[in-house]
Amino acid sequence: MKNSSPVKWLVSREGLYYLALAVLLVLVLPALLDSFRLNMVGKYLTYAFVAVGLVMCWGKAGILSLGQGVFFGLGGYCMAMFLKLEASTPEATAQQSTPGIPDFMDWNQVTELPWFWEPFHSFSFTLLAVIAVPMILAFIIGVAMFKRRVGGVYFAIITQAIASILTILIIGQQGYTGGVNGITDLQTLLGWNIRTDEAKTTLYFVCVAMLFLCLFVARYVQNSKFGRILVAMRDQENRVRFSGYDVASFKVFIFCLAAAFAGIGGALFTLQVGFMSPSFVGIVPSIEMVVFCALGGRYSLLGGVYGALLVNAAKSGFSESFPELWPYAMGALFIGVVLAFPNGLAGLYQRYVMPLEDRLFKRGKSGDAGNDDAALSGSLGAEKSS
Amino acid sequence: MNKDQFLLAVEGLTVSFDGFKAVDDLSFYLDPKEIRVIIGPNGAGKTTVLDLICGKTRATSGSIRFRGKELTKMKEHQIVHAGVGRKFQNPSVFEDLTVFENLEVSYPEGHTVMGSLAFKRDTAVMEAVEEVAGTIFLKDLLDQPAGLLSHGQKQWLEIGMLLIQKPDLLMLDEPVAGMSVAERRQTAELLRVITRDHTVLVIEHDMQFVGDIADRVTVMHQGKVLSEGSIEHVKNDPKVIEVYLGH
Repeated sequence: MKNSSPVKWLVSREGLYYLALAVLLVLVLPALLDSFRLNMVGKYLTYAFVAVGLVMCWGKAGILSLGQGVFFGLGGYCMAMFLKLEASTPEATAQQSTPGIPDFMDWNQVTELPWFWEPFHSFSFTLLAVIAVPMILAFIIGVAMFKRRVGGVYFAIITQAIASILTILIIGQQGYTGGVNGITDLQTLLGWNIRTDEAKTTLYFVCVAMLFLCLFVARYVQNSKFGRILVAMRDQENRVRFSGYDVASFKVFIFCLAAAFAGIGGALFTLQVGFMSPSFVGIVPSIEMVVFCALGGRYSLLGGVYGALLVNAAKSGFSESFPELWPYAMGALFIGVVLAFPNGLAGLYQRYVMPLEDRLFKRGKSGDAGNDDAALSGSLGAEKSS
Repeated sequence: MNKDQFLLAVEGLTVSFDGFKAVDDLSFYLDPKEIRVIIGPNGAGKTTVLDLICGKTRATSGSIRFRGKELTKMKEHQIVHAGVGRKFQNPSVFEDLTVFENLEVSYPEGHTVMGSLAFKRDTAVMEAVEEVAGTIFLKDLLDQPAGLLSHGQKQWLEIGMLLIQKPDLLMLDEPVAGMSVAERRQTAELLRVITRDHTVLVIEHDMQFVGDIADRVTVMHQGKVLSEGSIEHVKNDPKVIEVYLGH
């Protein structure tokens, strides 16, 4: 845990895992994949933001949210609104009855840009909103729930209800939100065409860079005393409370952090995929996000990233050949995770591969595995206690 | 007489759960540096009294004044910061954290969200942790996950987690329950060290142990004080013999 210098950290075991992920995402995948496939990987990576947030929120702190799609969607919609406004210049929409507003508004007899769309003319406001809107909603939900000590299953159900409510709201308010189709036909970002192959590749690298930024923020939080308090809360909430901590504010903070990550992921999703719709907001996508996290290993930040990548890759692979089988495969995967390897891939890695590494590199000192590999660890303790 | 000269003044404390009064118009006073033991039959309301003082349960009526501050309106973490530490009956330590981390989390700094993010493990923290670890016989186990400790060691660790908070009042709920004879002896020794510079409120059944440590004993029965005084006094009180010590 002593990060004496960045270089030293990079050659530590944990550092090497991060380095391996960076090499995979920055060098290997771009070299192997064409721009269409790389764009798909970029899309999967946007879910990794949500998974990293869930690792912090669910894995570390024990707060299971089944509504992360809400925050992903809000981030995505904020970005989509900006792009839609940019695409809806009076010239481009001259044939509408009200030129200068998004096309779906015109189709729904809306004749004036709604007030909450106005600020999304500004790019800097949009960037702020991508993070702030999910965080504000998470803050309101968090304060309302955690101050009243609502937790566990009840919290999960309430987040799920919120996912459902938001979906219904978006679909119902077609004229303001684009309804079930979502906000589509997004072309340019500040005049830069995001539909070209080069743009998609650039956005992929932006996405990777942002993911690492989020990973490092999460890693900082995890390795600070705050991170240890989260783990402590998961074990013995009362003991934390009677050690002098206001438990609710710690939960609110971590829930907001997870929401912010999800929002960033959502915005990058919109940029790379070119549209945003309620189908990424509701209950089903929210639960899928939990599956990514569970499969990768809910105690491991990097596990969350790999989980998002692998499950989505499997989903695309399956859906291309046997579209109707995917839900069953997904269900089977989840059951498999819960029954056979509750700590996900990271847990398996830790149990079977790490000892091999130890032997390979003769790093016999067992003590240094514990703290050093905070990224993949954490499950050790949980494994033993369960 | 000024009530605030007591460290803790409990007056007219009542809590009722659906009409059942677990604690009924209870009053008692603790002097600074006093060791008070609460004894009484099961269901007498002993643990509930500790719950009320530390804020886990809200009083229906009455007052709890600690160094002049009214605790009944305060939140749990505020009561801790006011200087009241509470050990639970079942050892509650953070099993996934090491002994060191358990003590560090309890160290009285960095207790806000931002404070804990900026918290640095400096020499003051290391020294405090090592000093307490020495007191609670766990100096050699600092890197051990707390989940791997024995039952007795977990009890000590939880006591250590209170000590590092430097509370003025320590409340211990059956600290030697479930311990082996050897552990019991060590715990008595530990409590003797602690009681040198803390006010301690203990719930305990082991009369031998009570006799060893108590300055004064409060006997509770059906939510009320049945008898109070020195161990000799309560031992010979016919009412106490009747309901608790047996014939």
